[in-house]
Amino acid sequence: MTTVGILGAGKVGTVLARLTIAAGYRTLISASGDPAAIELIVDVLAPGATAKTSADAAREADLVILALPLGKLGSLPMAELAGKIVIDATNYWPPTDGTIERFESNPDSSSVVAALLPASRVVKAFNHLGYHELDEDGRPQGAPDRHAIAIAGDDAEAVRVVADLVDAVGFDPVVAGPLAAGIRLGPGGPLFGVSAPRDEVEDLLKQNVDGGNIPVT
Amino acid sequence: MELGIYSFGELIKGAAEPSARDIHARFGQILELAKIADAGGLDAISLGEHHRSDFSMSAPEVVLAAIASVTKNLRLMSGVTVLSSQDPVRVFEQFATLDHVSDGRAEIIAGRGAFTESFPLFGYDLRDYDELFDEKLKLLVKIRDEPRITWSGRFRSPLNDVEISPRPLQETLPIWVGIGGTPASAVRAGLLGLPMIMGFFAGPEQFVSRVQLYHRAAEQAGHDRSTLRLAVSGHMYIGKTSQAAREEFYPYYSRYFQQGGAPFAANGFPRDAYDAWIAQGLPVGSPQQVIDAIMRRVELLGIDRFMGQIDVGALPWNMTMESLELYMTEVAPVIRRETAPKPSTPIAL
Repeated sequence: MTTVGILGAGKVGTVLARLTIAAGYRTLISASGDPAAIELIVDVLAPGATAKTSADAAREADLVILALPLGKLGSLPMAELAGKIVIDATNYWPPTDGTIERFESNPDSSSVVAALLPASRVVKAFNHLGYHELDEDGRPQGAPDRHAIAIAGDDAEAVRVVADLVDAVGFDPVVAGPLAAGIRLGPGGPLFGVSAPRDEVEDLLKQNVDGGNIPVT
Repeated sequence: MELGIYSFGELIKGAAEPSARDIHARFGQILELAKIADAGGLDAISLGEHHRSDFSMSAPEVVLAAIASVTKNLRLMSGVTVLSSQDPVRVFEQFATLDHVSDGRAEIIAGRGAFTESFPLFGYDLRDYDELFDEKLKLLVKIRDEPRITWSGRFRSPLNDVEISPRPLQETLPIWVGIGGTPASAVRAGLLGLPMIMGFFAGPEQFVSRVQLYHRAAEQAGHDRSTLRLAVSGHMYIGKTSQAAREEFYPYYSRYFQQGGAPFAANGFPRDAYDAWIAQGLPVGSPQQVIDAIMRRVELLGIDRFMGQIDVGALPWNMTMESLELYMTEVAPVIRRETAPKPSTPIAL
């Protein structure tokens, strides 16, 4: 059985845990500290998931999802994440994250995350819709009102694995392109805040961003 | 069931920064709102702290004290006090003082805050966002509960057998925890046995699990369920008819999110998202729609206080007044009637 490790037990992390459990994945979830501190949260919000330390969740997982504030990136278990597929579900948003220089100087936040995790296979996904929508908009394969989630990554096999996960939790996967194309999925990009069916997501991905400076892939 | 209003004293930020006169006029309006709400029988007013030029309210305690002198019954709340970037000793002194000048009407809502400008302003590191709040909230409660305290922690100099004065007039000054949906925040409120106020805009369903977490945590910590209390705050606009309210309010609401820098509203709040929020239960519409939206919060979450943001979007004064009037005359009486305790024995007809 594929094991998913979710780093972050907040609004997004607990919704993702509920989705992966419902899809039949073994699911581990961590917050920054002692797993005992989130056991109640796991029990109420994602029953069936197991609370772990971040290092254990990363070590035991086949797929790791980052669902934590970007200010906490310094606490990532780098060694345990080496070689793993790491799904970046985060966004950089200074009004809540505060100003973080390395993200200010590069609007392509997933590439910044990937540079911090050089030994991991980073794929951006699950970031462009809100946690309410992640929770409520999933549908079985083939449902007429199924929505889509865009994915960006440089490693073709990792992208395929993440596409399968997106599909399994109730959304059509749409590959946006290489990791740098993830900028279209983040704040200021055409897809940010959008929960929509595949056609609409594909159309939005074709829009230029940043006043046309970033070319369509 | 208690009903109240809240405001951040928003200012309209056009081409120029608001002038001192504009800001002065805005404070006058806030006082006027409070007087009308008090005369109209509402239960509470809350003023939320922001530290940026599109809001006038960086020192809500001062304004609440002014309101105390022109009202009789309104409970006077902050909403929220961004406790992480304040000194809990000073916060307590201010609200204990407010409690006296208001004859025992002061309440604190402590929260982590949705805006983070106050962190760099007062020299705090956002990386300590949660740790700061946790330590300071526990200190604030300790100050409230113990007349003399000895304390040491990470973010403030130690307190060695000191008395924080004045003690408030109320036997227990209410300290609410304001949460925005983070599961751990509901757990924290429950573990501390403090009342919890949930801030959200559209549907209440997502918060059912937060209420469960709150009760489970309180039970785990051994708090008596009768000491717990739940409330909701959120945006609100009431017009005479459903369609008119929806159309009138939209431009202001859209501007609010866009100017506030909401990630989903870089080009304005999408109209279809706005309509979807109303369908999910954003209290915007006719009095009956708003009654239904508030009653759903009562039924699903077990709250006994609702606070509506009465002027969100720097609403023009005439619209604010109309919405407030309808809230007091058409919404409040129905909600009070529907939530009144039922007689325990059937009344013989």
